[in-house]
Amino acid sequence: MLILQCPYCGIDAEETELAPGGEAHLKRHGPGSSDEDFHDYLFARENPRGVHFERWRHANGCGKWFHAARDTATLEVFGTYPAQTTEPPKEIRDAITARRPGWRWREFS
Amino acid sequence: MSDAVSALKGASFDGLVRVEECGLQGMITLRGDLSNRAVAKAATSVSGQKMPGQNRANVAGESGICWMSPDELLVLVPYSEAGAAVEKMTATLGKVHSLAVNVSDARAVFRLSGPAARDVLAKLCPVDLSPEAFGPGQFRRTRLAQVPAAFWMDDAETFRIVCFRSVAQYVFDLLKAAAHPAAAVGYHTSVGG
Ligand SMILES: [Zn+2]
Repeated sequence: MLILQCPYCGIDAEETELAPGGEAHLKRHGPGSSDEDFHDYLFARENPRGVHFERWRHANGCGKWFHAARDTATLEVFGTYPAQTTEPPKEIRDAITARRPGWRWREFS
Repeated sequence: MSDAVSALKGASFDGLVRVEECGLQGMITLRGDLSNRAVAKAATSVSGQKMPGQNRANVAGESGICWMSPDELLVLVPYSEAGAAVEKMTATLGKVHSLAVNVSDARAVFRLSGPAARDVLAKLCPVDLSPEAFGPGQFRRTRLAQVPAAFWMDDAETFRIVCFRSVAQYVFDLLKAAAHPAAAVGYHTSVGG
Protein backbone atom coordinates (compact mmCIF):
# COMPACT_ATOMS: atom_id res chain seq x y z
CA MET A 1 0.00 0.00 0.00
CA LEU A 2 1.37 3.35 -1.08
CA ILE A 3 1.06 6.40 1.18
CA LEU A 4 1.92 9.79 -0.32
CA GLN A 5 1.88 13.11 1.49
CA CYS A 6 -0.11 15.62 -0.55
CA PRO A 7 2.04 18.78 -0.79
CA TYR A 8 -1.06 20.97 -0.94
CA CYS A 9 -3.07 19.88 2.11
CA GLY A 10 -0.34 17.98 3.97
CA ILE A 11 -2.51 14.87 4.39
CA ASP A 12 -0.73 11.51 4.35
CA ALA A 13 -3.04 10.08 1.74
CA GLU A 14 -3.42 6.36 1.42
CA GLU A 15 -3.44 5.07 -2.16
CA THR A 16 -7.21 4.69 -2.45
CA GLU A 17 -7.60 8.41 -1.74
CA LEU A 18 -5.44 9.17 -4.79
CA ALA A 19 -5.82 8.88 -8.54
CA PRO A 20 -2.71 7.95 -10.56
CA GLY A 21 -1.74 10.29 -13.40
CA GLY A 22 1.09 8.34 -15.02
CA GLU A 23 4.66 9.39 -15.69
CA ALA A 24 5.75 12.89 -14.74
CA HIS A 25 7.53 15.66 -16.62
CA LEU A 26 6.37 14.71 -20.12
CA LYS A 27 6.93 17.39 -22.71
CA ARG A 28 3.84 17.76 -24.84
CA HIS A 29 4.27 17.43 -28.60
CA GLY A 30 1.06 18.44 -30.33
CA PRO A 31 -0.02 19.66 -33.78
CA GLY A 32 2.94 20.59 -35.97
CA SER A 33 5.41 18.28 -34.24
CA SER A 34 7.18 15.44 -36.01
CA ASP A 35 5.52 12.03 -36.13
CA GLU A 36 8.35 10.60 -34.05
CA ASP A 37 8.02 13.23 -31.29
CA PHE A 38 4.25 12.82 -31.23
CA HIS A 39 4.59 9.04 -31.08
CA ASP A 40 7.03 9.26 -28.20
CA TYR A 41 4.86 11.77 -26.37
CA LEU A 42 1.93 9.39 -26.57
CA PHE A 43 3.62 6.05 -26.04
CA ALA A 44 7.26 6.15 -24.97
CA ARG A 45 7.65 5.85 -21.20
CA GLU A 46 10.59 5.17 -18.93
CA ASN A 47 8.82 2.37 -17.05
CA PRO A 48 11.87 1.84 -14.84
CA ARG A 49 12.63 -0.69 -12.17
CA GLY A 50 13.77 1.70 -9.46
CA VAL A 51 13.67 5.49 -9.21
CA HIS A 52 10.61 6.95 -10.92
CA PHE A 53 8.69 10.22 -11.10
CA GLU A 54 4.92 10.20 -11.31
CA ARG A 55 1.87 12.43 -11.28
CA TRP A 56 -0.85 11.79 -8.73
CA ARG A 57 -4.06 13.59 -7.86
CA HIS A 58 -5.50 13.88 -4.37
CA ALA A 59 -8.85 12.97 -5.90
CA ASN A 60 -10.70 11.98 -2.73
CA GLY A 61 -9.22 14.92 -0.87
CA CYS A 62 -8.18 18.46 -1.74
CA GLY A 63 -8.38 17.66 -5.46
CA LYS A 64 -4.90 18.90 -6.40
CA TRP A 65 -2.43 17.33 -8.81
CA PHE A 66 1.10 16.80 -7.50
CA HIS A 67 4.33 14.93 -8.24
CA ALA A 68 5.86 11.99 -6.43
CA ALA A 69 9.34 10.49 -6.58
CA ARG A 70 9.50 6.86 -5.54
CA ASP A 71 11.11 3.51 -6.17
CA THR A 72 8.92 1.19 -8.23
CA ALA A 73 10.65 -1.89 -6.89
CA THR A 74 10.65 -1.17 -3.15
CA LEU A 75 7.78 1.37 -2.99
CA GLU A 76 10.09 3.67 -1.02
CA VAL A 77 8.86 7.25 -1.39
CA PHE A 78 11.61 9.86 -1.74
CA GLY A 79 9.27 12.80 -1.62
CA THR A 80 6.33 14.65 -3.14
CA TYR A 81 6.32 18.12 -4.67
CA PRO A 82 3.88 20.54 -6.31
CA ALA A 83 2.69 20.25 -9.90
CA GLN A 84 3.94 23.67 -10.99
CA THR A 85 7.38 22.52 -12.14
CA THR A 86 8.84 20.87 -15.23
CA GLU A 87 11.57 19.05 -13.35
CA PRO A 88 12.19 17.50 -9.91
CA PRO A 89 13.35 20.15 -7.41
CA LYS A 90 16.84 19.94 -5.95
CA GLU A 91 15.76 18.73 -2.51
CA ILE A 92 13.94 15.79 -4.10
CA ARG A 93 16.95 14.91 -6.28
CA ASP A 94 19.20 15.16 -3.22
CA ALA A 95 16.89 12.90 -1.24
CA ILE A 96 17.09 10.29 -3.98
CA THR A 97 20.87 10.58 -4.24
CA ALA A 98 21.14 9.95 -0.50
CA ARG A 99 19.35 6.63 -0.94
CA ARG A 100 20.29 5.66 -4.51
CA PRO A 101 23.72 7.11 -5.35
CA GLY A 102 24.31 7.32 -9.11
CA TRP A 103 20.61 7.18 -10.05
CA ARG A 104 19.53 8.43 -13.50
CA TRP A 105 16.09 9.12 -14.96
CA ARG A 106 15.87 10.70 -18.40
CA GLU A 107 18.13 13.76 -18.23
CA PHE A 108 17.96 13.97 -14.45
CA SER A 109 20.45 12.52 -11.99
CA MET B 1 -41.17 29.25 -4.94
CA SER B 2 -40.45 25.56 -5.16
CA ASP B 3 -40.74 23.49 -2.01
CA ALA B 4 -37.13 22.50 -1.31
CA VAL B 5 -36.55 19.10 0.24
CA SER B 6 -33.33 17.46 1.36
CA ALA B 7 -32.09 14.26 -0.25
CA LEU B 8 -33.54 11.81 2.28
CA LYS B 9 -36.03 14.08 4.08
CA GLY B 10 -34.43 13.65 7.47
CA ALA B 11 -34.21 9.85 7.44
CA SER B 12 -32.61 8.35 10.54
CA PHE B 13 -31.35 5.05 11.93
CA ASP B 14 -30.49 3.94 15.45
CA GLY B 15 -27.79 1.31 15.79
CA LEU B 16 -24.33 1.44 17.32
CA VAL B 17 -24.71 5.16 16.78
CA ARG B 18 -27.51 7.39 15.62
CA VAL B 19 -27.39 8.21 11.90
CA GLU B 20 -29.48 11.15 10.71
CA GLU B 21 -29.78 12.99 7.48
CA CYS B 22 -29.58 16.59 8.65
CA GLY B 23 -32.07 18.15 6.27
CA LEU B 24 -31.51 21.32 4.32
CA GLN B 25 -28.17 23.03 4.86
CA GLY B 26 -26.96 26.12 3.06
CA MET B 27 -23.56 25.50 1.46
CA ILE B 28 -21.49 27.90 -0.61
CA THR B 29 -18.33 26.99 -2.45
CA LEU B 30 -15.86 29.88 -2.34
CA ARG B 31 -12.76 29.68 -4.50
CA GLY B 32 -9.98 32.23 -4.57
CA ASP B 33 -6.72 33.23 -2.92
CA LEU B 34 -7.43 32.51 0.76
CA SER B 35 -4.82 35.06 1.84
CA ASN B 36 -6.77 37.80 0.06
CA ARG B 37 -8.63 39.98 2.58
CA ALA B 38 -11.76 40.26 0.44
CA VAL B 39 -11.96 36.47 0.10
CA ALA B 40 -11.60 36.02 3.86
CA LYS B 41 -14.13 38.75 4.56
CA ALA B 42 -16.64 37.20 2.14
CA ALA B 43 -16.48 33.95 4.12
CA THR B 44 -16.38 35.37 7.63
CA SER B 45 -19.04 38.03 7.15
CA VAL B 46 -21.83 35.65 6.12
CA SER B 47 -20.93 32.78 8.46
CA GLY B 48 -19.97 34.77 11.53
CA GLN B 49 -17.03 32.40 11.97
CA LYS B 50 -13.28 32.95 11.83
CA MET B 51 -11.15 31.75 8.93
CA PRO B 52 -10.04 28.16 9.59
CA GLY B 53 -6.47 26.97 9.15
CA GLN B 54 -5.40 24.17 6.83
CA ASN B 55 -7.54 21.03 7.24
CA ARG B 56 -9.68 22.74 9.85
CA ALA B 57 -13.25 23.95 10.21
CA ASN B 58 -14.96 26.52 12.40
CA VAL B 59 -18.60 25.53 12.62
CA ALA B 60 -21.39 26.47 15.02
CA GLY B 61 -24.77 24.96 14.26
CA GLU B 62 -25.66 25.71 10.65
CA SER B 63 -22.99 28.35 10.15
CA GLY B 64 -19.32 27.85 9.54
CA ILE B 65 -16.27 27.78 7.30
CA CYS B 66 -14.49 24.60 6.23
CA TRP B 67 -11.01 24.48 4.61
CA MET B 68 -11.40 22.43 1.43
CA SER B 69 -8.09 23.07 -0.37
CA PRO B 70 -5.46 25.83 -0.62
CA ASP B 71 -7.88 27.82 -2.80
CA GLU B 72 -11.30 26.62 -1.70
CA LEU B 73 -13.60 27.05 1.29
CA LEU B 74 -16.99 25.55 2.03
CA VAL B 75 -19.08 28.23 3.70
CA LEU B 76 -22.07 27.07 5.74
CA VAL B 77 -25.11 29.25 6.37
CA PRO B 78 -28.76 28.40 7.16
CA TYR B 79 -30.42 27.08 3.99
CA SER B 80 -32.85 29.98 3.61
CA GLU B 81 -29.99 32.50 3.76
CA ALA B 82 -27.76 30.93 1.10
CA GLY B 83 -29.02 32.99 -1.84
CA ALA B 84 -28.63 36.31 -0.04
CA ALA B 85 -25.27 35.20 1.34
CA VAL B 86 -23.91 34.54 -2.16
CA GLU B 87 -25.06 38.00 -3.28
CA LYS B 88 -23.37 39.60 -0.29
CA MET B 89 -20.18 37.59 -0.85
CA THR B 90 -20.09 38.45 -4.55
CA ALA B 91 -20.37 42.14 -3.68
CA THR B 92 -17.60 41.80 -1.08
CA LEU B 93 -15.35 40.00 -3.57
CA GLY B 94 -15.76 42.73 -6.18
CA LYS B 95 -13.16 42.38 -8.91
CA VAL B 96 -10.98 39.92 -6.97
CA HIS B 97 -10.38 36.75 -9.03
CA SER B 98 -12.76 34.40 -7.20
CA LEU B 99 -15.98 32.43 -7.33
CA ALA B 100 -18.87 32.01 -4.90
CA VAL B 101 -21.57 29.49 -5.80
CA ASN B 102 -24.59 28.18 -3.92
CA VAL B 103 -24.17 24.38 -3.89
CA SER B 104 -26.74 23.67 -1.15
CA ASP B 105 -28.94 21.47 -3.32
CA ALA B 106 -25.98 19.52 -4.72
CA ARG B 107 -25.07 18.04 -1.35
CA ALA B 108 -26.42 16.00 1.52
CA VAL B 109 -25.39 16.19 5.18
CA PHE B 110 -25.45 13.43 7.80
CA ARG B 111 -24.94 13.45 11.54
CA LEU B 112 -23.35 10.47 13.25
CA SER B 113 -23.67 10.60 17.01
CA GLY B 114 -22.85 8.32 19.91
CA PRO B 115 -19.85 6.94 21.79
CA ALA B 116 -19.03 4.53 18.94
CA ALA B 117 -19.05 7.20 16.23
CA ARG B 118 -15.30 6.93 15.61
CA ASP B 119 -15.51 3.16 15.17
CA VAL B 120 -18.43 3.39 12.76
CA LEU B 121 -16.87 6.03 10.53
CA ALA B 122 -13.41 4.44 10.62
CA LYS B 123 -14.84 1.37 8.86
CA LEU B 124 -15.59 3.47 5.79
CA CYS B 125 -12.65 5.78 5.20
CA PRO B 126 -8.83 5.51 5.08
CA VAL B 127 -8.34 7.99 7.92
CA ASP B 128 -6.84 7.66 11.40
CA LEU B 129 -9.82 8.51 13.60
CA SER B 130 -8.14 7.98 16.95
CA PRO B 131 -8.74 10.90 19.34
CA GLU B 132 -5.03 11.77 19.09
CA ALA B 133 -5.21 12.13 15.31
CA PHE B 134 -8.63 13.66 14.73
CA GLY B 135 -10.91 15.78 16.89
CA PRO B 136 -13.27 18.75 16.95
CA GLY B 137 -11.91 21.67 14.92
CA GLN B 138 -10.33 19.43 12.29
CA PHE B 139 -11.80 18.87 8.84
CA ARG B 140 -11.09 16.00 6.47
CA ARG B 141 -11.95 15.37 2.85
CA THR B 142 -11.66 11.71 1.95
CA ARG B 143 -13.81 8.89 0.63
CA LEU B 144 -16.58 6.89 2.28
CA ALA B 145 -16.24 3.46 0.66
CA GLN B 146 -16.52 4.38 -3.02
CA VAL B 147 -17.61 8.03 -2.97
CA PRO B 148 -15.99 11.34 -2.00
CA ALA B 149 -17.05 12.87 1.30
CA ALA B 150 -15.91 15.33 3.94
CA PHE B 151 -16.49 15.49 7.68
CA TRP B 152 -15.77 17.30 10.90
CA MET B 153 -16.64 16.70 14.55
CA ASP B 154 -19.17 18.88 16.36
CA ASP B 155 -18.03 17.34 19.65
CA ALA B 156 -16.07 14.29 20.84
CA GLU B 157 -18.88 11.88 19.87
CA THR B 158 -20.50 13.59 16.89
CA PHE B 159 -19.49 13.77 13.24
CA ARG B 160 -21.14 15.76 10.50
CA ILE B 161 -20.57 14.30 7.06
CA VAL B 162 -21.07 16.02 3.69
CA CYS B 163 -21.44 14.08 0.44
CA PHE B 164 -22.90 14.64 -3.00
CA ARG B 165 -26.69 14.53 -3.07
CA SER B 166 -26.68 11.95 -5.88
CA VAL B 167 -25.04 9.41 -3.55
CA ALA B 168 -26.99 10.30 -0.38
CA GLN B 169 -28.88 6.99 -0.29
CA TYR B 170 -25.64 5.05 -0.85
CA VAL B 171 -23.94 6.91 2.02
CA PHE B 172 -26.94 6.44 4.31
CA ASP B 173 -26.93 2.70 3.54
CA LEU B 174 -23.18 2.54 4.20
CA LEU B 175 -23.54 4.30 7.53
CA LYS B 176 -26.44 2.05 8.52
CA ALA B 177 -24.43 -1.08 7.70
CA ALA B 178 -21.38 0.22 9.59
CA ALA B 179 -23.64 1.09 12.53
CA HIS B 180 -25.48 -2.24 12.55
CA PRO B 181 -26.02 -3.36 16.17
CA ALA B 182 -24.18 -6.64 15.51
CA ALA B 183 -21.19 -4.88 13.93
CA ALA B 184 -19.42 -3.41 16.96
CA VAL B 185 -15.63 -3.55 16.71
CA GLY B 186 -14.60 -1.84 19.93
CA TYR B 187 -11.41 -0.39 18.47
CA HIS B 188 -11.65 3.27 19.46
CA THR B 189 -14.50 2.68 21.92
CA SER B 190 -15.09 -0.32 24.16
CA VAL B 191 -17.88 -2.54 22.84
CA GLY B 192 -21.22 -1.59 24.32
CA GLY B 193 -19.76 1.70 25.51
ZN1 LIG C 1 -4.35 17.14 -0.81
